[in-house]
Amino acid sequence: MGIRIVKLPDVGEGVAEAEVVEWHVAVGQSVLEDQILAAVMTDKATVEIPSPVAGTVVALGAEVGGVLAVGAELVRLEVAGDGNTEVAAAPREAAAPPPAQPLAAAPAPKLPVPAPASPTVEPASAPLPISRAPMGPPRPPGEKPIASPAVRRRARDAGVDLRQVRGTGPAGRISHDDLDAFLRVGTTSAKAARAANTEVSTVKVIGLRRRIAQKMAEAKRRVAHFSYVEEVDVTALEELRASLNTEHRRDRPRLTLMPFLMQALVKAVADFPEMNALYDDEAETIERHGGVHIGIATQTPSGLMVPVVRHCESLDLWECAAEVQRLAEAAREGRATRTELAGSTITITSLGALGGIVTTPVVNRPEVAIIGVNRQVVRPVWQGAQFVPRTMMNLSSSFDHRVIDGYVAARFVQRIKSLLETPATLFLEA
Amino acid sequence: MAEITAKILVVGGGPGGYVAAIRAGQLGLDTVLVERGGAEGGLGGTCLNVGCIPSKAVIHAADAYHRAVEQTAVTPFGLRVEHPAIDFARTVEWKDGIVGRLTSGVGALLKRHKVKIVQGHAELVDGKTCRVETDTGPQMIRAEHVVLATGSIAASLPSLPFGGKVISSTEALSLQAVPERLVVVGAGYIGLELGTAFAKLDAKVTIVEAEDRILPAYDAELVRPVAKRLQALGVDILLRARASGLAEGGDSVLIEDANGSKRILPADRILVATGRRARLEGFGLERLDLTMNGRFVAVDERCATSMRNVWAVGDITGEPMLAHRAMAQGAVVAEVIAGHRRVFDSAVIPAVCFTDPEIVTVGLSPEAARQAGREVRVASFPFQANGRALTLGAEDGFVRVTARADNHLVLGIAAVGAGVSELAGAFALALEMGARLEDIGGTIHAHPTLGEAFHEASLRALGEALHI
Repeated sequence: MGIRIVKLPDVGEGVAEAEVVEWHVAVGQSVLEDQILAAVMTDKATVEIPSPVAGTVVALGAEVGGVLAVGAELVRLEVAGDGNTEVAAAPREAAAPPPAQPLAAAPAPKLPVPAPASPTVEPASAPLPISRAPMGPPRPPGEKPIASPAVRRRARDAGVDLRQVRGTGPAGRISHDDLDAFLRVGTTSAKAARAANTEVSTVKVIGLRRRIAQKMAEAKRRVAHFSYVEEVDVTALEELRASLNTEHRRDRPRLTLMPFLMQALVKAVADFPEMNALYDDEAETIERHGGVHIGIATQTPSGLMVPVVRHCESLDLWECAAEVQRLAEAAREGRATRTELAGSTITITSLGALGGIVTTPVVNRPEVAIIGVNRQVVRPVWQGAQFVPRTMMNLSSSFDHRVIDGYVAARFVQRIKSLLETPATLFLEA
Repeated sequence: MAEITAKILVVGGGPGGYVAAIRAGQLGLDTVLVERGGAEGGLGGTCLNVGCIPSKAVIHAADAYHRAVEQTAVTPFGLRVEHPAIDFARTVEWKDGIVGRLTSGVGALLKRHKVKIVQGHAELVDGKTCRVETDTGPQMIRAEHVVLATGSIAASLPSLPFGGKVISSTEALSLQAVPERLVVVGAGYIGLELGTAFAKLDAKVTIVEAEDRILPAYDAELVRPVAKRLQALGVDILLRARASGLAEGGDSVLIEDANGSKRILPADRILVATGRRARLEGFGLERLDLTMNGRFVAVDERCATSMRNVWAVGDITGEPMLAHRAMAQGAVVAEVIAGHRRVFDSAVIPAVCFTDPEIVTVGLSPEAARQAGREVRVASFPFQANGRALTLGAEDGFVRVTARADNHLVLGIAAVGAGVSELAGAFALALEMGARLEDIGGTIHAHPTLGEAFHEASLRALGEALHI
């Protein structure tokens, strides 16, 4: 029997480190070749790491949320035959980047070091009190709670109905500890629902949420945000969209507002190339891009992601629609690849029906502009001699004031407004 | 007329009443207890005066005598007794001495906890006031809370009213001589306990029971050793039979069997032991117009009646009419009145028959558990395989454990055998604590004791019995 160390492989071009977001194996578990060991997350994508060999897991290189450098020990396996290492004295040693690793010069990964007494970290084995929170009925209907007379008396004194208390003892017996936990967390009964809830639960900020937090904080720290809100009369656009959707060919996707807005952006940035740019504030350079790669802010089950529709200038309305739909689905299902989640030059954010009146989007750094779409609403609009009902919609856009002046931003938004209010101009070749 | 005011008035000084009063005194509540005394009572109630305690004394004496008689013929361990005799009047005297010690003990406890005892017959005027006829004249007592603890009385048969040769358990425990021929009507635990005792004291005992077996409240498996023993003692048992009255002359009983055929049973005494009923009359209860539960006063889990600040404990609140239930309720009531959050929520109330051999039941029988929709594991361990039982010359009987099949939570424990009444506490504790079979199996039971049978029965239910 030998020990085989599985290192974190190179999971993407230019990726130096990755965060462990999920373990699929536990210490002591035997794994087959190609069985998934863990899911790790890089800047953009989540990658599943398969086992190169069959063996038994003897150590995990990090706990969930830990960051590993590429090449660091991910899993230590006991394998038949010779392994690829001598049995090291300290199984955790590889958690830090090996000295030979060229990437070791990078900032040391912030790896939470677990207590030495427990080299394995199983999330389920360390239940917080909250994990025993009385969610749902604690026992099947009609079952009496089982508790010793002393527990019953304490519960009675505390005004606790034991039927609401989960018993963790044998046969569901309610112990003093269970009662304590219940008293800490509170009760689900309607009567107690109005009682002060002193519950505090700790949720680890890991994975995608950690990425979002870092990106947003960095954007707010560095970018000199300003927002500009303008209303757009989308009556004509909506009529066009409705008629295209009614008459569209079967093989064509249903059109939302998004592809129209993307077409408008393509046309607008042609006149305002400073908007389709990346600002490297350390090198103090601005990269203006010919290709319009539009990031589409998308809510996924695990948090905000920004899949990118590349080269929108080369796509027609239908192609834009199809690509947006494909990428949004991929992102929601966690299938989006790293390249599909990187490389945008300008971003659109839309909350659809939840769009509100005004938003103040955060610029998707190092981009310099983000266009936010607000809710559509039919409003009376004064036209010459009378009010007429028009479908109105606000665009709330934010810019990096370090490199975009207010005047330029206003004209840029006015250009988009003009394109959207007269949709035929979207399709005129310049 | 003098008037006493108090926080709590307790009507009745039996186990329910005196415990309520002691606990109330401990909690610093101003408490008055009314006990009328007299032939059937006094402090300690039925239990101490004419029930549990005196019957156990007579049963013990009868058993000791009978063992001695047995040793005149058979000498299993070589003991030879010649010409044993019992002076039953002395037995009764000895019993009365025990009763006296215990009842005066109760009085001392009440005094120590500053409970005022008023002796006399209580008559409720309303839910807060009571008039007591004392030796020194009428006494009014006004209290914020009234605890009713008037207990129960032996139920009589219309065909055999008490009087003359027809006696209840109360008189049976104070007979001056052992009757030659005793007819016991009713084969419940009272009839069997006393019938067995008198049979051991050389009375010719016949037990008449309307049901088709003795101890109808217990399952057949538990009753079998008792029936066997009664047969060995020469007790005649007439099942599906009714006592329809006294024959002419009053020295025999008319017995009618299920087919309607009649026979005459000569008797020196006829003990009617067909049960007990709540004492609801004679103290003005009707003035309170409380909600009833059949022939008992209805109470909730705090022992509160339908009238505010009127409480009831013990036999007047229903079955099982057992002293230990009344005591537990009494303590609960005092604490509730003192403002504590309490309910009577015991998981089990153990029941003991001091027959020969004794029977203990705690919790559910296998049958009752199945009827409640449970899948059960049931296992017994016979005393034949228990070393201590053999050294006591008492190998009849067994311990039986009933547990849930899915999680092994113990639902019921029962035993039949000599001296098993002392296991009642262990059984009840296991059930109150929510023990599983593994908990009992994992508890070391001292060797050699009868309690090992409890251990082994639990192991057997798990398929791990060692000594069978």
